[in-house]
Amino acid sequence: MENNNKMKLEFLSHSKNEAFARSVIACFALGLNPSISEIADIKTAVSEAVTNAIVHGYPSSVGTIVLESEIDGDVLHINVFDDGVGIENIDDALEPFFTTKPDDERSGMGFTIMKSFMDEVRVESKKGEGTKVYMLKKFRADE
Amino acid sequence: MEIKYKNNNSSLTVYVYGELDEYSAQGARNILDKLLFDNLTSNKVIFDLSGVSFMDSTGIGLLIGRYKKLKQFNIPSYITGATVATEKVLELAGLYKIMPKS
Repeated sequence: MENNNKMKLEFLSHSKNEAFARSVIACFALGLNPSISEIADIKTAVSEAVTNAIVHGYPSSVGTIVLESEIDGDVLHINVFDDGVGIENIDDALEPFFTTKPDDERSGMGFTIMKSFMDEVRVESKKGEGTKVYMLKKFRADE
Repeated sequence: MEIKYKNNNSSLTVYVYGELDEYSAQGARNILDKLLFDNLTSNKVIFDLSGVSFMDSTGIGLLIGRYKKLKQFNIPSYITGATVATEKVLELAGLYKIMPKS
């Protein structure tokens, strides 16, 4: 039978929800029979995307974050959307160590971690129109 | 998030337990800074991350921040005990270049 599943979760941009989002994606991905290291990878990538939405998307307000995921065969799609302030320059944001908040001890490694822990990462954003992060990871069937 | 420490021959070892993310970082930052400030006579500080069950780039920012503060007092900092998952994040950020493995 074709492995196929889909979920959607909506939560407020409170930082305590980072752990919630990580746990949800880890549980959902169990349907792919993942290795411990694959689980760690997707938890970290989701944590980065959700943290970005909380810290940068909604810097001075509380908004809604959507976490969507789909299992399609041996591929896991993860999308993280917010309706926050958006990213002014996506190319800058994708640069390792680039941060708009150096005084807050931000490492600027969020997107770098997402890109290296997932197989594909795509970002869509416009100033004032929120941010959409689309990620994809292929799971090895040989576990 | 829980932090413990041990002082041994003017070497301070800081044990970090739990998940290190945006939610826990602020509390950890305050506890660590007080602890480090109270131990400025140490000749080195070792961060033992064996109890860290999860860490993302917020943890990297937190560690770099402590490294910079200690550097002002000429105290070198080291990292030990990172799990495989934590290690991956540390390596990617190049953190061992400034905070070598102890």
